[in-house]
This record gives sequence, C-alpha cells and structure tokens, in this order.
Amino acid sequence: MGADDAELLDRLRAGDEEAFAELVGRYQARLVGLARQFVAGPQAAEDVVQDTWLALVRGVARFEGRSELRTWLFQICVNRARSHGVRERRLVPVGSGEPAVNPDRFDANGGWAAPLAHWADAVDDRLEAAAVVDHVRAAIDRLPHPQQLVVTLRDVEGLTAKEVCAVLSISEANQRVLLHRGRSTVRRALAEVLDP
Amino acid sequence: MRWTPSTRPLSCREVVELVTDYLDDSLSPKQRARFEHHLTGCDPCVEYLGQIRATVALAHRVHPDPVDPPTTQRLVELYRAWQRPST
Repeated sequence: MGADDAELLDRLRAGDEEAFAELVGRYQARLVGLARQFVAGPQAAEDVVQDTWLALVRGVARFEGRSELRTWLFQICVNRARSHGVRERRLVPVGSGEPAVNPDRFDANGGWAAPLAHWADAVDDRLEAAAVVDHVRAAIDRLPHPQQLVVTLRDVEGLTAKEVCAVLSISEANQRVLLHRGRSTVRRALAEVLDP
Repeated sequence: MRWTPSTRPLSCREVVELVTDYLDDSLSPKQRARFEHHLTGCDPCVEYLGQIRATVALAHRVHPDPVDPPTTQRLVELYRAWQRPST
C-alpha cells in the first residue's frame, strides 16, 4: 500500500506527475468498470474516464476534501457517463423482486424447513478463499445493472449508503432495496458453491 | 398476551428480508428489538446473518484488474499536456 489518497491529492496540487500516475494505477480500472455500466462500449468508457481525469486535474485546486477523493471521482465519472447518454437507464428497483431466499426453504409458518449449512464463520479461512472471491465477483457481474452498481460501490468499494446515493443520485430507499436484492442473490450463489 | 402487528414475533422468512436494513442500522427501535429477539432463539437465522456478513466481506476482497502500462503512459502524457498553459 503506497501513499493515501489525501497525500496523493496534495502532491497532485503541486503538479506531481508520479502522484497522478499512482492515482491512475489505483482508480483507472475501477472507473472504467463504473463507466461501462452506462455507456455502450469499451472505447466510450475509456473516453468517459479520460474526461474524469481531466476534470480532476482541472478541479484539484478547488477540491476541498469535503468528500473523499474516491467518492468525488466516482461521482464525476457517473455524471460524465450519463451525459454521454448512450444507454441511460433508470436506477430504480423493478417490480416486487424475488424474495431473498427461495420460498421452498421455509415451512408453512415461515420457519426454516431444514437447517442451514454452516459456512459463514469458516469461509474466510478456507484454503480456497481466493476461488470463493472469484465466485463472488462472477455473481456480482451477473446481477442486473442497478443492483450490480450498488453492490459494487457498497460492498466491493466499501462506500457508505449516503455516498452511494450521492454518486448515483438515487434515494436511500432505492439504494436499500437494490443492495438487499443484490446481496441476497450473491449469497445464494455462494451457498450453491459452498453447500452444493 | 395478545400479539399486535408490532409485537408479534417475526418469522424466519420475514427476518431474512430485514437483514440489510438491520446491518445498515435503519430499522426502527421496535423492529430492531423484534429482529434481535428472533435471533436469540434461532440458529439458522444467526447463520443466515453471518452468511450475508461473509458475502460482504468476500466482496470487499474483489480487486480490480491491474492497469496495463501503456494506458498509464498514455494518461501521464495527457497529464503533461493538460499541465501546459493553453495558448
């Protein structure tokens, strides 16, 4: 782990090229991944991210650090991607959604029909933890677009609910529903792997 | 005692739908008390909550692919151009 974002930002203000390169190393792939959720192809996503970097360089003197650099970058990126307007999609939950757990798992009174396999405590220590992380990544990639965005920003990036609402311009209620559906689906995918 | 909708014990099927709100601390104090009361007597729901926590922890270990050096190089060259005062 190198310098933290605040330090890199200070160096960037002073025109430090290496600080810029380090920020690119840290955020380029994450920003491209984010942009790709909104625009049609890889080239369009790269363009959006290039605009994002330009906005950072132009705005770095004014950036007051009221939000984290990361949140700021994500927000610029999403706004630029949206203004490209190639495939604007509304980030709202659609329909009543699937239940978090397959209804077959419950009895008539809503209790578990059979006990759950135990893996919650062990999964982090497993030798194959890296493979399990790959399954999680694949499961997130398969989520519907709005859920994928919210789960990526909340759980992969570790943003707070408030930050995600700000980055995506969605309500807290929508954020919660999308996160809930997304996480529940990823857990189910994991359960299929860990308890086949 | 008579159960009213806000004191009736939660079923497991209801608990799994409240897990995200519970972890974000966005349940009302009453709902939270009902949720936690259910957990004290229900091992599968404790396991379920643990599985959601584990899912979040594993997601946090997903790392982006590294950036290829030519991309970094190209952006650093742009950075130099952006730094030059425009004429």
